[in-house]
Amino acid sequence: MSARTRALWISAALFATLCTTRDAGTETPVQASRPAHLRDTGLYSDWSTRTIAPANLPYSPQYPLWSDGARKARWLYLPPGRFIDGSNPDVWQFPVGTRLWKEFRFGRRAETRFIEHTRSGWQFASYVWNDDESDAVLAPADGIRQSVPIADGVRHAIPSQADCRACHMAGPVRVLGVTALQLSPDRDPNVPHAETPQPGDVDLAGLVARRLLRRFPRELLQEPPRIEAPSATARAAMGYLHANCGGCHSDAGELSSLEFGLNYRLTGPLDWGPAVLLTAVSRPSRFKMPDADDIVERVCAGRPEKSVVLARMASRNPLVQMPPLGSRVVDAEAVALVRRWIAEDVAPGSPVPAARQGGK
Amino acid sequence: MQLKRSGIALAAAVALVSGGQTMAMAQGNQSPAKSAATPAAMQASPGNAAAVARGKYIVTAGGCNDCHSPWKMGANGPEPDMTLMLSGHPATMKPPPPPAPSGPWIMSATATNTAWAGPWGISYTANLTPDAETGLGQWTEQQFIDTIRTGRHQGRGREILPPMPWPAFKNYNDADLKAIFAYLKTIPAIKNKVPDPVLAAPPK
Repeated sequence: MSARTRALWISAALFATLCTTRDAGTETPVQASRPAHLRDTGLYSDWSTRTIAPANLPYSPQYPLWSDGARKARWLYLPPGRFIDGSNPDVWQFPVGTRLWKEFRFGRRAETRFIEHTRSGWQFASYVWNDDESDAVLAPADGIRQSVPIADGVRHAIPSQADCRACHMAGPVRVLGVTALQLSPDRDPNVPHAETPQPGDVDLAGLVARRLLRRFPRELLQEPPRIEAPSATARAAMGYLHANCGGCHSDAGELSSLEFGLNYRLTGPLDWGPAVLLTAVSRPSRFKMPDADDIVERVCAGRPEKSVVLARMASRNPLVQMPPLGSRVVDAEAVALVRRWIAEDVAPGSPVPAARQGGK
Repeated sequence: MQLKRSGIALAAAVALVSGGQTMAMAQGNQSPAKSAATPAAMQASPGNAAAVARGKYIVTAGGCNDCHSPWKMGANGPEPDMTLMLSGHPATMKPPPPPAPSGPWIMSATATNTAWAGPWGISYTANLTPDAETGLGQWTEQQFIDTIRTGRHQGRGREILPPMPWPAFKNYNDADLKAIFAYLKTIPAIKNKVPDPVLAAPPK
């Protein structure tokens, strides 16, 4: 895997030098200037002790994104007097001034990603920690393809700003980890790599109590959001796919023309069901698996070995793997979960869970 | 359009002299089928006629035909086969394995200039015609823009392989990229399923 990635990287670099640049036009996206150092982004109240500013609220989504085993910490900041508009439980609206940070550790701090909602739109950046963690500086716009080691012969990749936008601008949801489902107190105990909320972590109720989340449907506070599924395995699998795939593969995003959604919506019409069941099960894949002509359906009911979704999750061939960015190591625990779900819970014509048929 | 110099022309020149393959062009192997007539919706409307004209100018001057239209041997030498304009590597042309790299010569290309081999493996140029099944017919404008900006298939998928010069083209402004896409929607649709790329085996 690392050798393949290296070959691709060398090739790309080679051709970047072959192909000359062109004067940028006036409409070319221009990134707002970001602080050169993480210490200047507002995350810390005291850099010397790495003390997080009290206004930055820690949180932990119940369905974490797989990042090759990185240990993560996350913080949310909302400007004084501003709040998240939660009237659409699936697509929260964040005020200008919102900031988020996510710290990645592979043994030591590797990078801290930074999102800011500015007047000119959402801005994305990453800060790279040095070896002794004495500083973290703004990463190049093109990212760093070979960062800290994460496994035998494999190094972490710090995403380019274009890659940040590829995920966060793919659908209507810009902040993928701060959602009603992700911060629900009704947490899924069976999801791979589940994190235990720490004292002080803010959740759905905490956001409401602080009046940082308003216009959120009262019934979803009384009965916290939860993936309706016929089994614990199905709930965890659908949650994993929602968090790791549903940002791009959604029914409302840039790839909606694929008619392939792996996101899980809390709201929908009466006859609506989870997108994964409607658009993946027994549906042909447009992607052709190399050297595997018999793997043709996105999710082949009862047959995980014939399911393109699982085959691509289990691959790190750069031309095959899913997700296509953000990971260089297969999530074996998730592959096992999804395999079990397809084998045990997915039958041809899988019914929409009864609890959802009334809609919400 | 302010190309300082044409990197793509340089790449094409490399392709045409490398690989030890002849310019015989394997014309008999090129037979992608023309799709039905270009749908009316893809024709330039008065509202976007200027954008289409701008897009045609960029595509023509920017060298897109150098790689995305298969080359043939013409009366004056090698030239893009404009009857297959921008339809990518012909599906029916199945070249033998590329020659092994030798010394500093690490890349090779078929005489059609549509299949390339190098350290990354083998890549085939894409079908840019508006054919719904094999071309850009189902792509959205935003997917096209995101592809050029990110170097990823449909803006979010696998990385686009060399020699596509997206690192240069990503500097086009939005209006130019929209113009290119508007123009590509108006060209004749050609049904041609370009082969998937082949990744190189990891170095031993």
